Amino acid sequence: MTLPAISVRSLVKRFGTTTVLQEIDLDVPEGKVSCLIGPSGSGKSTLLRCLAFLEEASEGMITVNGEALGFFENAKGERERLPAGQIRAVRAQIGMVFQQFNLWPHMTALGNVSEALKTVHKVPKAEAEERAMVQLAKVGLANRAGHYPSQLSGGQQQRVAIARALALSPKIMLFDEPTSALDPELTGEVLNVMRELAAEGMTMVVVSHEIGFAATVGHQISFLDQGRLLFTGPPSEIFAKPRHLRLEQFLDTYLDRGASMLA
Amino acid sequence: MSFKLFSLLVQASVWTIGISAISIGLGFLIALGLSAALLSGKALYRRPAEFFISFFRGVPLLVQLLLIYNLLPFIGLNVPSIVAAIVGMSLCTAAYQAENLRGGFESVPKGLIEAADMVGFSPRQVFLRIKVPIALRLTFPALVNEAIMILKSSSLVSVVGIVEITRMAQDLASSTYMPIEIFSSAALIYLVICWAVALAGRYGERSLPGAAK
Ligand SMILES: Nc1ncnc2c1ncn2[C@@H]1O[C@H](COP(=O)(O)OP(=O)(O)OP(=O)(O)O)[C@@H](O)[C@H]1O
Ligand SMILES: [Mg+2]
Repeated sequence: MTLPAISVRSLVKRFGTTTVLQEIDLDVPEGKVSCLIGPSGSGKSTLLRCLAFLEEASEGMITVNGEALGFFENAKGERERLPAGQIRAVRAQIGMVFQQFNLWPHMTALGNVSEALKTVHKVPKAEAEERAMVQLAKVGLANRAGHYPSQLSGGQQQRVAIARALALSPKIMLFDEPTSALDPELTGEVLNVMRELAAEGMTMVVVSHEIGFAATVGHQISFLDQGRLLFTGPPSEIFAKPRHLRLEQFLDTYLDRGASMLA
Repeated sequence: MSFKLFSLLVQASVWTIGISAISIGLGFLIALGLSAALLSGKALYRRPAEFFISFFRGVPLLVQLLLIYNLLPFIGLNVPSIVAAIVGMSLCTAAYQAENLRGGFESVPKGLIEAADMVGFSPRQVFLRIKVPIALRLTFPALVNEAIMILKSSSLVSVVGIVEITRMAQDLASSTYMPIEIFSSAALIYLVICWAVALAGRYGERSLPGAAK
């Protein structure tokens, strides 16, 4: 077996005195789509944000392609924080797509996608924009390059946000409910872009209520409930014969709403 | 009232506009620093900024101007009164603008900053490329308001001997015995200037990059 793209060991996350994630162990396989599902408030976003180091885990270790993210264990076995430069370097392998898109409103679509190439990587403007155009074309928005976020639909904004992350050639893409802020008729265009990305072999971690997407595109499904990872396995196992009572109850609420999605 | 008198008032408005514009500009730069200090976690920066702001917001501008006008020579800075006027007005508007900007910075959605963190921006790049432009957009209407307040408050610099609109009007009124005509003309000139600023502000707001149309 190859090294997992992300490996999480004994991760605990507390906000003040409330423990939101308890003893999480998770391997994200390279080149595969890993989905995180679970009821609202179960800690999916928090776990994903820990993987992006937007949230600092209270205990435990995360490694990204073998490199420690944020914290490492020193010779004495103590947890020690890594310097900001190292955190940035490891994070550079990770792209993140947010529920609320988070496009910068004062920049055009092209500006949003090319900004980090120019500002962070000092790529000359013309080349940065050329590379950004390639990504915009990939998400089907080459003809919207000059539009500002306020002039784009939610689905288009989310596709620009995906292009923005892809422009930096990340090895891993994290998605936090990328379609749940969208009108139902706009979710398809975003899910299609994600499907294409998956087909190209991108390592993806997707938090989603789109059980249909998880079932058809996901290679590995993890079920989170009240801060615990109750189950991780292939979709066939999870959806065909959910052995865990909580998972069964959770799925029931979705199947009631639209079992046809699983077809 | 003769055209000559009116044109004297219009000429004096160059001082009103000039002093106000420079003060707004300088005040903005000072306010940027002050608001950064206000938002800094370090009391070492925050406390002096808080003190500065409460002083300049809590003391009448007239008193500030007289104080600065007399203080500068006292500490050995023999500067023309126009400098005292600009220093006083800049510091005063800086205090107000700093509060606006602080509010603007605090209202920058956290997600936009996280998105910048994720693509590798340094804190400095986040500040310059994301926080400042967005805070500016959010506070732009308040900035236009402040510019109008400052234009009107600039009438106070007459106390340090600057012959701007108000002072010119006073001088003309006492030498011509036509106070009603002259002060109405002064009022009209202020009105036109402030109206132009408000109009330019609305146009500017609409043409900010990415403004919702
Ligand atoms: N910054 C925070 N401070 C305190 N508590 C938090 C914070 N962020 C999240 N929580 C709490 O952590 C728990 C898990 O939240 P999280 O957002 O990870 O859930 P989720 O599974 O993503 O839910 P949803 O499906 O509604 O998005 C919740 O109880 C939430 O209230
Ligand atoms: Mg969530």
